[in-house]
Amino acid sequence: MAENTPLLSVRELSKTYPGANGPVEAIGSISFDVHPGELVCIVGPSGCGKTTLLKCLAGLLPPTSGSVMLDGAEVSAPPKKMALVFQEYGRSLYPWLTVRDNVALPLKARGVPRAERLAAVERAVEEVGLAHALDTYPWQLSGGMQQRVAIARAVAYQPEVLVMDEPFAAVDAQTRADLEDLVRRVWKDLGVTVLFVTHDIDESVYLGGRVLVLSSSPTVVQEDLAIDLPAERDQLTTRALPRFTELRTHVYGQIQRAKRGEAVPAVR
Amino acid sequence: MRTTARRALVSVGFAAGLPALLVAAWALATQGTTSLYFPSPARVAQAFTRTWLAPETITGDVLPSLARFGIGVLLSIVIGVVAGTAIGATPWLRALLEPMLEFFRAIPPVVLVPVLMLLLGIDDTMKLAVIVSGSVWPVLLNTIEGVRAMDPVLTDTSRSYRVRGALAYRYFVLPAASPQIMAGIRLCLSIGLILMVISEMFASSSGLGYQIVYFQRQYMVAEMWSGILLLGLVGVVVAAVFQLVERRVLHWYHGSREVARG
Amino acid sequence: MTQQTDMVNGSRPGGGSPGTRAVPVGPGAGRPDAPAGAAPGAPADVTPRAPRPGGRSAGPAAGRRRTGRPGPARAGGSAALGALGVVGCVLTWEVVALAEVVNPAYLPRFTTTAARLVTELGTPRFWSALGDTVVTWALGLAIAVVAALVAGTVIGLVPFLRRATRSTVEFLRPIPSVAIIPLAVLIAGLSREAALVVVVYAPFWQVLIQVLYGVADVDTVAQDTARSFGLGWLRRLHHVVLPTALPYVITGFRLAASIALVLTITAELVIGNPGIGRQIDVYRSAPDAPGLYALVLVTGALGLLVNLGTRAVERRVLHWHPSVRKEGAA
Repeated sequence: MAENTPLLSVRELSKTYPGANGPVEAIGSISFDVHPGELVCIVGPSGCGKTTLLKCLAGLLPPTSGSVMLDGAEVSAPPKKMALVFQEYGRSLYPWLTVRDNVALPLKARGVPRAERLAAVERAVEEVGLAHALDTYPWQLSGGMQQRVAIARAVAYQPEVLVMDEPFAAVDAQTRADLEDLVRRVWKDLGVTVLFVTHDIDESVYLGGRVLVLSSSPTVVQEDLAIDLPAERDQLTTRALPRFTELRTHVYGQIQRAKRGEAVPAVR
Repeated sequence: MRTTARRALVSVGFAAGLPALLVAAWALATQGTTSLYFPSPARVAQAFTRTWLAPETITGDVLPSLARFGIGVLLSIVIGVVAGTAIGATPWLRALLEPMLEFFRAIPPVVLVPVLMLLLGIDDTMKLAVIVSGSVWPVLLNTIEGVRAMDPVLTDTSRSYRVRGALAYRYFVLPAASPQIMAGIRLCLSIGLILMVISEMFASSSGLGYQIVYFQRQYMVAEMWSGILLLGLVGVVVAAVFQLVERRVLHWYHGSREVARG
Repeated sequence: MTQQTDMVNGSRPGGGSPGTRAVPVGPGAGRPDAPAGAAPGAPADVTPRAPRPGGRSAGPAAGRRRTGRPGPARAGGSAALGALGVVGCVLTWEVVALAEVVNPAYLPRFTTTAARLVTELGTPRFWSALGDTVVTWALGLAIAVVAALVAGTVIGLVPFLRRATRSTVEFLRPIPSVAIIPLAVLIAGLSREAALVVVVYAPFWQVLIQVLYGVADVDTVAQDTARSFGLGWLRRLHHVVLPTALPYVITGFRLAASIALVLTITAELVIGNPGIGRQIDVYRSAPDAPGLYALVLVTGALGLLVNLGTRAVERRVLHWHPSVRKEGAA
């Protein structure tokens, strides 16, 4: 695949819900590309339709118009090459299955032979540092650990695109920093493409190679910002860089403008 | 060491204390009297062994009754769960059937006995039909509700990881609805037991229900009491077995709730 | 309109506790049903709510849309579908009866049954039977609820009694109420009193268990909150006892009302004391199939009325409770 062929391509995607007082336009028109191996953060004011966008990307919700292409094929149902990590860790894991079975179930659905499946599960769970918890139930784990299980499940699925929906919004700050570094590590180790949705500006700048700033509803891409921070990121040093502060201030300003409704066409 | 032993003794005392007291009071109150309605516990116990532990009652009345109960309840559970998951997972079907199902559920199950007697005559099929027609509803409606109330996040998870078909049924839909299904089964069991008795009271020449009514009509009061006692025991055993099964099936549910409540 | 749908969707066999009706949001949302499946010997008829372990839906998720949540447009559609279902069911009945799949003496046509129902509604005999049934039901329910409230409060408040009675309650509760019919007949003959023994029995345990849970819950909540705030007993009653125990009691009442109706009609049918149930048995032995089917429809309607009525009571009394409030907010 050529370097400049996008892996994920979103074209003029829009979503309108039927509402009590006429249709509600959740997403105006969104277009962007994600290239293989990128880590793209999507950030926007709360209520801007991030989750709707993500559900359309994942084939869980049909868009009203426009299209999502993954690896050249139109997404109309949940694609094989995509794995999701949801914000609600406590509700996205099967409480009746152990950690091992939670991670294994998607592989079983795909028909991966048993031995191979078990090995993949153990590898993935080890990758997120939960090897000791394979046979516990998710609800016996802390919130952060549950989200690690969800990440392990996504990793074991061996997707080309890993889509994460505000995965750390409900965990405490300490755990959050650890999980952010985990995402960076998984991204680098596995060479997977990551799409990371967040409402946290710092998080988007710290994690992303690129940040897409969304406007408020009806949503468009307000800015597509390349993050020119060094590839080696560290919670202490990276966040202390003057460039980090500049970028986060810039994104912050954009979000504020988005909230006021001053949608500005994206400029590179 | 001594404290644990003592604690065990105390809880046994608490569990057995009141029942022992009640039986003693019963014995005392009936001592010396020959009251027709309230025989002494000794007489009831005697009647119990004579009536219900006799081989011909066991094979002729008790076991057939219990078999009908077991088969009827099993049928109800299978029908209720299979139909319930299908209806619960299909919004238009649910909307179509819900009012009718509500109505069927609201009909006191016992009034179906005369209807089924008319339609099916008096035999084992009719008795089974009575049990199923009354006890299928809690399982069916609870399953529908359980499937309907499945967590949308978990549904999205299953969809996005392409967990589908039989695998999704076994590992997602059934467990997700299982707390409601089990609650439905609990109700199904008690209704099934009631209907087993009623169907035999009405139209039968054998069975637990028939025997109890027979004893009452013959003024064999101690025997009648022993029959009530037996039914009570069946009810208690069924409830205890269910409790065990439920603990096992829903161990994740109880565990997670305990965690959630801190 | 949305409320209407919720009513229909929310109705469940044996009824759930208040918390089960709404779309679950977070842990602890449905407090009243918390003890449902959790404690040993939990109330038999309470549907537990699906668990959301650790499912804190934080800020942004709260405003999110959920697929499959019926909007106003779909609620109208589902009502129409439901009506269609009823019509379809009636038509099937009519066609099956017309085709004489079964002997028409045993399965009359729907139209015949409906016509018979109308004539039945014009007879004093029907109304006196209905009156008897309603009186027996109301009396039985009232006795069961009052007795259970008193016994439950006393037992619930004294830890010693709670422990001492547990095994006995656990033994007596699952005894099928019909088992005591012969006993009741023996004692009271073919009378309303005999029926009342049966009608009171099962609902009593239902309410008693709920009251015990309610009181136990008040205990823990009260210790957590009221005492530390130093509330007086009257205010404690108002702010802690009622809000905590009431949902349990109301749920118990709602379940008991349905069970009592079933038992009232069962008793009439089996014992033969006056009421709709006895009339059904009269029509069965006649045999008068249209009359029998018409009265079966009446009992279904009665059951529906009791369900809807007690649910309305529950909503009214618990309107402040989060699990009920949530229903209205779509």
